[in-house]
Amino acid sequence: MIAVERNFDTPRWQRIALPIVSLVIAAFIAALVLAASGHDPIATYRQIYAASFTSTGALTATFVYATPLLFTGLCVAIAFRMQVWNIGGEGQLYMGAIGASGVGLALGGWPQPLLIVMMMLGGVLAGTIWALLPGLLRAYLRANEILTSLMLNYVAGLFMYYLIYDSTSYWRDLTSPTALVFPQGKDLLPNASWPGIPIGSFTLPFGFVAGAGLAVLLLALIRFTRVGFEMRVMGDSPAAANYAGMRTKRMIVAVMALSGALAGLGGASQIGDFSHVLDPRGLQQAQYGYTGIVVAALAQYNPLAVVIVSILIGALINAGFALQGPSFPPGLVGTMEGIILFSVLGGEFLGRYRIRIGRALQQTPAVGDASGSLSVDS
Amino acid sequence: MNSDIAVAIAVSAIAYGTPLVLAGLGELLAERSGVLNLGVEGMMLMGAVTAFFTSQVMHGPGWAVLIVAVIAAGAAGAALALIHAFLSITIRVNQIVSGLALTIFAGVIGLSSYAGQVWNIGGQHGVHQLNKMDLFGLSGLPVVGPILFDQDAFVYLSWVLVVLVAYYLYRTRIGLYLRAVGESPRSADAMGINVTAYRYTHTVIGGFLAGLGGAYFTLAIAPIWTDGLTAGAGWIAIALVIFAFWRPDLLVVGAYLFGALSSLGFTLQANGVRLPAEFFSALPYLMTIVVLAGASTTLAKRRIGTPAALGVPYVREEA
Repeated sequence: MIAVERNFDTPRWQRIALPIVSLVIAAFIAALVLAASGHDPIATYRQIYAASFTSTGALTATFVYATPLLFTGLCVAIAFRMQVWNIGGEGQLYMGAIGASGVGLALGGWPQPLLIVMMMLGGVLAGTIWALLPGLLRAYLRANEILTSLMLNYVAGLFMYYLIYDSTSYWRDLTSPTALVFPQGKDLLPNASWPGIPIGSFTLPFGFVAGAGLAVLLLALIRFTRVGFEMRVMGDSPAAANYAGMRTKRMIVAVMALSGALAGLGGASQIGDFSHVLDPRGLQQAQYGYTGIVVAALAQYNPLAVVIVSILIGALINAGFALQGPSFPPGLVGTMEGIILFSVLGGEFLGRYRIRIGRALQQTPAVGDASGSLSVDS
Repeated sequence: MNSDIAVAIAVSAIAYGTPLVLAGLGELLAERSGVLNLGVEGMMLMGAVTAFFTSQVMHGPGWAVLIVAVIAAGAAGAALALIHAFLSITIRVNQIVSGLALTIFAGVIGLSSYAGQVWNIGGQHGVHQLNKMDLFGLSGLPVVGPILFDQDAFVYLSWVLVVLVAYYLYRTRIGLYLRAVGESPRSADAMGINVTAYRYTHTVIGGFLAGLGGAYFTLAIAPIWTDGLTAGAGWIAIALVIFAFWRPDLLVVGAYLFGALSSLGFTLQANGVRLPAEFFSALPYLMTIVVLAGASTTLAKRRIGTPAALGVPYVREEA
């Protein structure tokens, strides 16, 4: 017989081994999908590796995608860990980009360090507000935050389109003759560009460093502070948190706001680090918000692990854009992300349960079993 | 508003509401068994791309092609639902994350887009489409004619399904067992009902119906395939199940209301109302939030609707 039994403690080595095993399994399943659709899996994996890691140019490109994923990954990790299901990272990132580019355009003449701080604040504020809406609805009206935060992704996307393509908004470039035919956003001044950190010919984006620093802070917040402790209790058992007199409603709102702030900062980084203009199509094409779910799950909702995983998934997305063509269709990236997520879920199961093949442990006597604990030897 | 505009709105409400009815009914069945499947959007997209591909490459009489295309779409949705069923029922992972995984896997930048590329159907114009059927020759009647008697086969099918599901849930023994599984799997198990089998079956049927809902987009609403063409309809279908308090009759009302909202922009702009197109496009999403907030407080106050075991895996040894 095959029995599935609960494992109550997860050894530390398993927490590191499981994501790696999941990735290997995912690579294998994805290879089957590739082979089934007439592609050579080994060649495809080689291409992905070459496009994302082998040269400093490739590595720089990988970090272009890793940086937003670091923020959306943290956004999801912090929320899901607390059982607050914020799926709105996508829209919160758009709003962050709108906020940061608005600030960057308005304060273009300010000294650079101050301007960068203001842009970050603009992104954080916009992302927070966008996340507070589903957070408040969940906490005080019990509206399912999965659906409300997700609906707001579509609204934010449409709002961004409206600003650039369908209005004469502050964000839109209305001066150059080409911009009147092909609508585009206003370019930010050069001093609104965030300075990258050059390491040889490789450039580490400013946003990635900031995000990694935030990841450390978040880990400290969860591990060492009272608020973090309450959050962990709520994540493990909302009912227990309630009985212990913790203010769970406020906590839901706070977690949602923090989560939205992180995604909003990711949007600000998109403007400051990379595009320097509000570009709706560029922001939407990679689905950073949804991909953040994959990043966070693979990182087992641990902020520090998100830093590393964001680079891995960033490499995959970068390869998707770099290799786009008949041998590497666009849908492949999402398909692989989905397979990775399935494998992670399967791996979590292996960590939580033991599969015992053969005789089950005789912990409780079977009905009518006289040799069990009922028989007292005298 | 004169009656012509009202009829036009009603007709388009039904057109845009039909995929919501189908996918919503599927999700309703799955949730009644206690399985929350957030993969509806992904299943609909796979259904849409599969139906379109099948209808493009198959030869034969139009009705036969369409039947095969529709069944293929349902099968694609069901196959995806099976993944979710395995993950959430057999190995008991978090149903929210598993459903999201399904939508990422099959969604806008996932398998549905990949399949569209591999099958090379982007930019093609549909050969076979569902045509309006003049039922009993009554389509000429004023007002009710175009609304009730001049629809395509899918709309009639969705009406039949609503009645069937309502009858199944409230008037049959297995429907009663299904509700028991969703409310209290432990009691159901003690009664000798196979909880796992009920959950698998209804999750997979749910996927089949979501696939059909997706097929309606490419076979009836617009004869083309583009990535992500359902634009969140799957998510609205999930929200509809909550608005409808898990009841098929209310689900239809909600679906047509949202269908009307989705088409309101075209109707109003055709009648000279000038507002940004993005505003009308955002309306269904904004309305979902408003109605969800309203429905949730009602639910909380009256304590009705939600299957008690929704989203909770059932483990006989641990319950």
